[in-house]
Amino acid sequence: MLTAVPISWFLTLSAVLFALGVAGFVFRRNIITVFMSIELMLNAVNLSFVTFSYHQKQVNGHLYAFFVMVVAAAEAAVGLAIILTIFKNRSTLNIDDVDSMKN
Amino acid sequence: MLIDTIFFYVFALLTLGGGLLTITRRNAVHSALSLIVSLLGVAGLYLMQQAEFLFAVQIVLYVGGIMVLFLFVIMLVNLDLSAKERQFNGQWMVALVAVAAVGAEISWFLYRGQGAFQLADTAGAPSAAAFAVTTTGNTEILADVLFQEYLLPFEIASILLLVAVVGAVVMAKKRI
Amino acid sequence: MPVNFGATATDLIRFLPEIILTVMGTALMVLDPVLHKRASHAFGHLSIFALLAGIGGAVYAQSNPGTAFGGMLVVDGFATYFRVLVMVVGILTILPSYGFLARQQAETSEYHALLLFSIAGQCMMAAANDLIIVFIGLEISSISSYVLAGYLRDDKRSNEAALKYFLLGSFATAFFLYGVAITYGTVGTVNLTAIRAALSGADAPPVVFITLAAALMFVGLGFKVSAAPFQVWAPDVYQGAPTPVAAFLSAGPKAAAFAVFLRIFLTAFGPIGADWLPLVWMAALLSMTVGNFAALMQTNVKRMLAYSSIAHAGYVLVALTAQSDTGTAAAMFYLAAYAFMNIGAFAVVSHVSGRGERYQNIDDLAGLGRKQPMMAAMLTIFLLSLIGVPLTGGFFGKFYIFKAALESHLVWLAVLGLLNSAVAAYYYLRILVMVYMHEPGEAAGQTEPLTPGFRLALILPALGTLFLGIFPTWVLDCAGKSATLVK
Repeated sequence: MLTAVPISWFLTLSAVLFALGVAGFVFRRNIITVFMSIELMLNAVNLSFVTFSYHQKQVNGHLYAFFVMVVAAAEAAVGLAIILTIFKNRSTLNIDDVDSMKN
Repeated sequence: MLIDTIFFYVFALLTLGGGLLTITRRNAVHSALSLIVSLLGVAGLYLMQQAEFLFAVQIVLYVGGIMVLFLFVIMLVNLDLSAKERQFNGQWMVALVAVAAVGAEISWFLYRGQGAFQLADTAGAPSAAAFAVTTTGNTEILADVLFQEYLLPFEIASILLLVAVVGAVVMAKKRI
Repeated sequence: MPVNFGATATDLIRFLPEIILTVMGTALMVLDPVLHKRASHAFGHLSIFALLAGIGGAVYAQSNPGTAFGGMLVVDGFATYFRVLVMVVGILTILPSYGFLARQQAETSEYHALLLFSIAGQCMMAAANDLIIVFIGLEISSISSYVLAGYLRDDKRSNEAALKYFLLGSFATAFFLYGVAITYGTVGTVNLTAIRAALSGADAPPVVFITLAAALMFVGLGFKVSAAPFQVWAPDVYQGAPTPVAAFLSAGPKAAAFAVFLRIFLTAFGPIGADWLPLVWMAALLSMTVGNFAALMQTNVKRMLAYSSIAHAGYVLVALTAQSDTGTAAAMFYLAAYAFMNIGAFAVVSHVSGRGERYQNIDDLAGLGRKQPMMAAMLTIFLLSLIGVPLTGGFFGKFYIFKAALESHLVWLAVLGLLNSAVAAYYYLRILVMVYMHEPGEAAGQTEPLTPGFRLALILPALGTLFLGIFPTWVLDCAGKSATLVK
């Protein structure tokens, strides 16, 4: 039984979600929100994987999405640790203030 | 199949609404909560496409694990001050145009490709994973494929997690 | 249903270098309580031992080439070349690290363990024949590099480097993954050889989606190799990261990312070469120009080397544009030559910069020729090679790249590349003038005497650079033989 919803709806949704993530990454100045935007992008990718997988009647895509989640978890652990050290050293999480290395 | 369409709209609304709020809210806690809504929406979309296992993992790992970590870090750093600051970059007009272009371009590609992707049904190399998804349980098939065809990625993912643990410890240790 | 858990012995032998590196990396951390108080140099010794064993493993695996784990990995000359290259880069990174870590009082087992894990990830990338392995290997390499870049946690610059590297690296990964997803959707597989088969078959999927996927992957990999216009992170990261780590980042992850680049674009996307070609030559041209002209204006040596590294990524992309076996071999040769000369140059900077990495400006190198004649001589070799003067590896690297470009009728690209090299000569020579023609400044007085380990850290890359410059054919033959296997 296939869902009546056409594949392009899912894919367009995923593309829009990806674009939202890119927008958040580019616009926001709070480092934590920037990082959350990356999570949005990864979720958009996962949605694509699952959609393609469903339409090809394979489960490979599910596994790719699964590995992406594993990587997202690893990135979150390391990324948040880096963000905490930044905060400890500078007491700010504004991305424009973390810019000490220009000539 | 009207009910499917309705569900799609509901989940799409959750996903996009949550995503939009995530990148626009001033308060980081609100952003994180909106992101959770968005992730739940995506989980619903997984369920619609018979990815029951991923649906569960999405909720347990993403919402239950990663997002709790985010909220925990937001709690540790005091963001009250930064919520009052300007939230967006100066060159946002330029950036907005660029992002809209990217989004429109990809959407257009994918929309036009409606038919094209279905061609791919037969194009793929025959794989052990080409089961009829509907008959057996999704989790069972996944386990079979994961521990046979995808054994190597599974094993090296454990190295990745080890690296993440060591990395987080190095960044957080008292003394180097 | 047949249940076949586990791997065969052949599979494991073809995965040997990664196994050795991971096991040794873990062992280092287990040995930490025993070794730390007594002999902190032991971590470095053990890592070098692990890398030598890894090189042995890679060569041994090459004695029986083929695919492993159901086509996920492939051991061929190309894979072995890059595996050995990244492990040599690892050894050359550890040598200057001894003195550096001692000066910063930051010797831990984790530094070396993360370095080994990162190299293991790069070895996986070199041997990957499946996009999912590429992706996980890339992440292992990247996540350890993010932490290494921020290793000096109390240094604000190091923090900042880690943050920028992390944010932009993850951003790039998301693009790469989106490309993988679209490839999977259109072709139905992510195995590189299967993608090639599907694309060259009769009922190939519409090229427009594959081009989109290739473009997205190009963005992701472009970030990783610091090609313009995705180079913004490189200067800040190289400047802020601990100097030996910066040397490592400019050679190891870059070489592995280029290995993946060549394999994906020439093997998987080879059949649609004409469609992605404009992307690559534009990025090549932009990288060379942006890198060289921005480097002209730098006063910080590490930042200058970062911009020069962007320019060098541009030269390698020229070789990719050639889309030929000659081009691939030239890129492989160039990456080896670049690794030697750049790590050497960074090693000198790491010694001069002193405690807390205070002295990083070009002025701080003044009078080095008088105070430290041996180090100055080595620096001269590295810089001349970066310029591309004959008898150094850099010369033959550039020569082969431009030759490949000419053979593929890309005359204008070769000419613009040569003009760029001329611009580059100016900023490298400026350093040499500073070293030999100026009075010693404050920094030169502060420099510590050379330890035997550090001498080795300078002599080995210098020998490598000269060897590639005087006997280029040996390495080029290796590269040439492997390049034909890429298909």
